[in-house]
Amino acid sequence: MSKNEYDILIIGGGVVGSMIARWLSRYELRLLLIEKEADLCMGSSAANTAIIHAGYDPVPGSLKAALNVRGNAMYDQLSAELGFAFERPGDMVVAVGEEEWPNLLALHEFGKQNAVPDMHLFDAAEVKKREPHINPNAIGALWAGTTGIVDPFQATIAAAENAVMNGAEVLLNTAFTDFIIENKRVVGVKTTRGEMRARWVINAAGIYADAVMHKANTGKDFKITPRRGEYFVFDPADVQINNVLFPVPSAKGKGILVTTTVHGNTIAGPNAQVIDDKEDTATTSAGMDEVIAGAQKLIPSINPRFTIATFAGLRAMGNAACKTPGVNYHADFLIEVSPEIGGLINVAGIESPGLSASPAIAEYVIEVLKDAGETLIEKKDWNPIRPARPRFRELSHAQRQELVKLDPAYARVICRCENITEAEIVREIHAPIPATTYDAIKRRTWLGTGRCQGGFDSPLISKILARELKLSELEISKRGEGSNFLFRETKSVEELER
Amino acid sequence: MKESYDVVVIGAGPAGLASAIEAKKSGADKVLVIERDREPGGILLQCIHNGFGLHTFKEDLPGPAYAQRFIDEAASVGVDLLLDTMVMEVSEERQLWLSSASKGYFSLDAKAVVLAMGCRERTRAQIRIPGMRPSGVFTAGTAQRWVNVEGYMPGKRFVILGSGDIGMIMARRLTLEGAKVESVLEVQNYLSGLMRNYVQCLEDWNVPLHLRHTVKRVIGKNRVEAVEAVAVDEKWQFIPGTERIIPCDTLLLSVGLIPENELSKQAGVKLDPITGGPVVDQNFQTNLAGVFAAGNVVHVYDLVDYVSEAGDQAGKAAALFAQSLLTPAKKTIPVKAGKNVRYVVPHTLDPLALEKEDIVLQCRVSQPIEEDVWFEVRNENQSIVRRSDRYARPGEMVSVKLTPSMFADVMQADALTLDIYAKSEA
Amino acid sequence: MEEKNFICTACPMGCKLIVRMENDEVIQVLGHRCRRGEGYGRQEATAPKRMLATTVRTINGKHPLLPVYTSSEVPKAKMAEILAILRQVEISCPVKMGDVVLENIADTGIDILASRDM
Repeated sequence: MSKNEYDILIIGGGVVGSMIARWLSRYELRLLLIEKEADLCMGSSAANTAIIHAGYDPVPGSLKAALNVRGNAMYDQLSAELGFAFERPGDMVVAVGEEEWPNLLALHEFGKQNAVPDMHLFDAAEVKKREPHINPNAIGALWAGTTGIVDPFQATIAAAENAVMNGAEVLLNTAFTDFIIENKRVVGVKTTRGEMRARWVINAAGIYADAVMHKANTGKDFKITPRRGEYFVFDPADVQINNVLFPVPSAKGKGILVTTTVHGNTIAGPNAQVIDDKEDTATTSAGMDEVIAGAQKLIPSINPRFTIATFAGLRAMGNAACKTPGVNYHADFLIEVSPEIGGLINVAGIESPGLSASPAIAEYVIEVLKDAGETLIEKKDWNPIRPARPRFRELSHAQRQELVKLDPAYARVICRCENITEAEIVREIHAPIPATTYDAIKRRTWLGTGRCQGGFDSPLISKILARELKLSELEISKRGEGSNFLFRETKSVEELER
Repeated sequence: MKESYDVVVIGAGPAGLASAIEAKKSGADKVLVIERDREPGGILLQCIHNGFGLHTFKEDLPGPAYAQRFIDEAASVGVDLLLDTMVMEVSEERQLWLSSASKGYFSLDAKAVVLAMGCRERTRAQIRIPGMRPSGVFTAGTAQRWVNVEGYMPGKRFVILGSGDIGMIMARRLTLEGAKVESVLEVQNYLSGLMRNYVQCLEDWNVPLHLRHTVKRVIGKNRVEAVEAVAVDEKWQFIPGTERIIPCDTLLLSVGLIPENELSKQAGVKLDPITGGPVVDQNFQTNLAGVFAAGNVVHVYDLVDYVSEAGDQAGKAAALFAQSLLTPAKKTIPVKAGKNVRYVVPHTLDPLALEKEDIVLQCRVSQPIEEDVWFEVRNENQSIVRRSDRYARPGEMVSVKLTPSMFADVMQADALTLDIYAKSEA
Repeated sequence: MEEKNFICTACPMGCKLIVRMENDEVIQVLGHRCRRGEGYGRQEATAPKRMLATTVRTINGKHPLLPVYTSSEVPKAKMAEILAILRQVEISCPVKMGDVVLENIADTGIDILASRDM
C-alpha cells in the first residue's frame, strides 16, 4: 500500500471517531483519522455534561439503549487502560412535587426494560441525606448506581493516542471536502490536505454527519438537527454538590442537570434549543437564565454569581428510525454500512448517550465490518495500555518532589489557579496528538479553567507554545486558524493605525 | 536557602516589598520574599504610567520606578528574595510548601507569614456575557502585560467594558501604540475610576465614554468580530431598541478586581465575603495567629502609596510576632460598615492598640455622594470622630484616622461603626 | 470671548472649570474651589501639558521593551511628535532607573528617563 492509501479512514476526531480508531488499531489495518479542527475533541465531545449514563433514559429496544448500557459497563476497564479520569458516583433523578412521581416510575420501568443494573427508588429523607442542598420539595428519587462521570477530553485524546501508539495515523487541520467514488463505491476522500484512498470510510462527523453522507448522494432523508445546550461551571468554593442530579425528564429530553465532575466543579445544564446554524455554539441570555432556573429547581441555593465558566455545545440529533420491530422511535443512532453506496459506514445521529456509548459504538462498528466481510486479523503486539502522564496537582508533596527531581520544569507552576506546570504543558505539545493551541493545552491539562480563566497564564502559554513549536508568538492561537491572540509587536511601525 | 525564616512574605509587589523591608527594620533577622514571576515588582512592572509615589516620595513616578525604589531598599537591608517560585500551600502552623524550578519542591517554616499576593481580575464568565468563546476577550491587565512587558498588541480595534482605572489606562496606552479604542462602556451612571484618568486617558485621546451601557453579547467564533452594546437602566436591565453593533477585534474587560485568595482559603484564613479578602485586625493579622495580609489581597486599593503603608504595618507586626513581642489582644471589637459604606478594613481592632498609636480605618462608599459628606465613627452611644470631605466616590478609598485622644471612648465600645452621609442629611 | 471647559485634575475632586478667554488670553477662571484649580485652568487653556509614559525597544535588554517617562510634563501639542520619535528609538541595556535615555526630546528641554533598571 502506498502513502495516502489506507484500509480504513475515519472522518471525525470526537470521542466516537477516536474510540473507533482505538478499537480498530487492534487489527492489522492501515488506519487514518482525519479531523478538520486544530485538535481532537472540539465538537460535541467537548461540550456536554461529561456523564456516563446508566441507560434508563433511552427508548427500550433502541440502539441507543443497548449501546448505552453496554458502553457504561466498559468504562472501568477502559479508564484504567487509557489512563483517563472516571468515577462512578451513581445518580439521582429527583422528583420535585407529587405530580412528577408517575414519570419517575415510568423511567424506572424503562431502566428495567433496558436491563440497567442497581436501580432503586429513594424517599425524600434519603435524598435529603445524600444531598443536603436539595430542593426541600423533593419527594424522592430514582437512584442508578452505575452512572459515572468522566473527563471527555482525556477520554477522547487517550483513545486516539492509544490508536496512534498502535500504528494509527491522525491528521489534524484536515477537513473532508468530498468523496472519491469509483464504480458506485467510496474509495477515498478529498480533503483540504489532499486526497486519501481507503477501502472503508467511516463517517463519524458528528454534527456534520448528514452533510458528509449527502456528498455521496446518499442519506437524502437523513438529517441532523443541531440542538444547542448551554452550561454553567461553578466555583467549587461556592458550590459543593457531591452527586449527579437529574430532574424528572420531559419531552424535551433529560433536562437541566446539576452534577459534580471529576475535577471537583459543579456544572449545571443543558437546556435544549433547536437552531439552524451548525457553527453556533453561543451562550445566550435567555438560555443561561433557563439553565439557572432549571438548576435552582434541584438546588435552590445555586446563584449565577458562583459562575467560573459558561459554554454551549450542539447535540447531533438525527432522524433515523429505530430498527427494532415494534419500536416507534425516530431519533436512534444510525450505525451501519450505507445501503446506498459501497465502502461507507455511517456512525451518525450520535447525541446523548453518545459519550457513554462510545466504546460500545466502537465494538459495534467492528461487528459491522465483520458482517460486511472484513477479515480482521489481530495484531500480536497490540497494546491496550496508554499510560496517563503525571498530573502535578493530583500528587502528594513527596510525589511532586520526585517528579521535580526528574524534570525541574515540573516545579514551574504556569496555571496558578489549577496548579498546572510547565513540564506538563511541554509534554502535551510534544505528545502523540500534539497540542498546538491554547485550548488544546487547556483540554488536556485543565489549565485556564480556574478562577482567573487564563488571565494569568495566557501570556506565559503564548511564550511556551512559540518556544516549543519554534514559531513567532504572533502565530500562536486559541483554537486554530483565525484565532490568534496577538496581532503585531507593540513597536512595529509599519502597522500603525491612525 | 534556609529551612526556617522569621518572616516569609508571599509576593514581591509593593505590599510584599514594603512588608519585608519594615519587617527587617523591626528586628526580624531572616526575612524572605517569595515571588512567582522572574523578577520582583509585582503588578507595578506592567503599570508603566505615572501616578505612583505622590504621597510616599512626593514624586510622580511610573509604576516600575516606584517598585525599583523598594526593590533596591529590600536588597540593601538584606531581605532574601526567591523568584520564579510558587507557594503551593501554607499550613496553620506556618509551614509553607514551595515549588521552584531552580530550588526544587520543598518546605520551609516561618515564624510569621505575610500574604501579599495582590488581586486578580473579574472574568467574562463571572459577568456572563453571552456569545461564543473567540480569541480576543481579555481582561485589561492581561492585555497590559502583553503590550507593556511582552511587547505585543493583542488587537487593533478595541472596545473596553468598565470605566475602572485599568480600563481607562489601557484606553490611553493602546491609542498611544497605534490601536483604535472605539468606546469605553460603563454599566453604572458614574465613572468607576479616578477623574484624573478620565481626563488624561479618555478626554485627551478622544475615546468616547458611554455611561449606563454594557455589552449584550460577543460576536465571533474564532476571533472577536464585534460586540453588541446596549443601554441599561438603573437596575442594569437592557433597554430594548438601544442595541448597537460595534465592530472590533478585541473586548477588554475592566470590571473589577478580586483579592487573590487561593492560598488564603487553603490555609484556613477567614475571608470577608464583601471584600473577598481576609478578615484582619489593626495589625493586618488574620484569624490565624502569625499570618498577616497586606495590600490588594486584603481589599483593592486605589493608590499604591496606601498599599505601602499597609505593608509597613503588616511587616512590622509580623516581625514583632516572630520575636514574640506582639501582645495578643485581650479584647477585640468589630468595626462595622455603616450607612453607605460597602466595607471597612480592619474588620476588628484591639482598643488597647489605640493607647499609643493611631489606627487608620479604610473603606469605600457604596454609591457616589457628590456633595459635602461626613465620615463618622461611632460606638453605640456617641460619635467618636467625624471628618468631612467634598464628596465620596466608590472609586476612591476613604481613610478615617482614630487617634490616642479617642482611646477612652473606643475602650468603652462593644463595636465601632463607620458611616458616610451627606452633610445635608445630618 | 471664548469659553473653554475642563475637568480639573489638580486634586481628585475634579471640579468643572470654565475658562473665559479673549484674544488667547485668560480673563477669568470659574468653578475652581482652590488656588491650584485656578492655576490648572489657566495652564490648560493656554499651554496644556502632560506627563508622558511609554515604552521603547531595547538592545540586549532582559525584556524587549523598557518603560520610560518624561522628566516633567511636556506640552500636549508635542506629544505626537515625541511618540513618533520614541517609536523609532532603541535603547542599549543595561540601564538604571532614572538614567537619561534621551535628552531634550523634541526640543522641549525635557529628558526621557528609564523607569527601571534593565
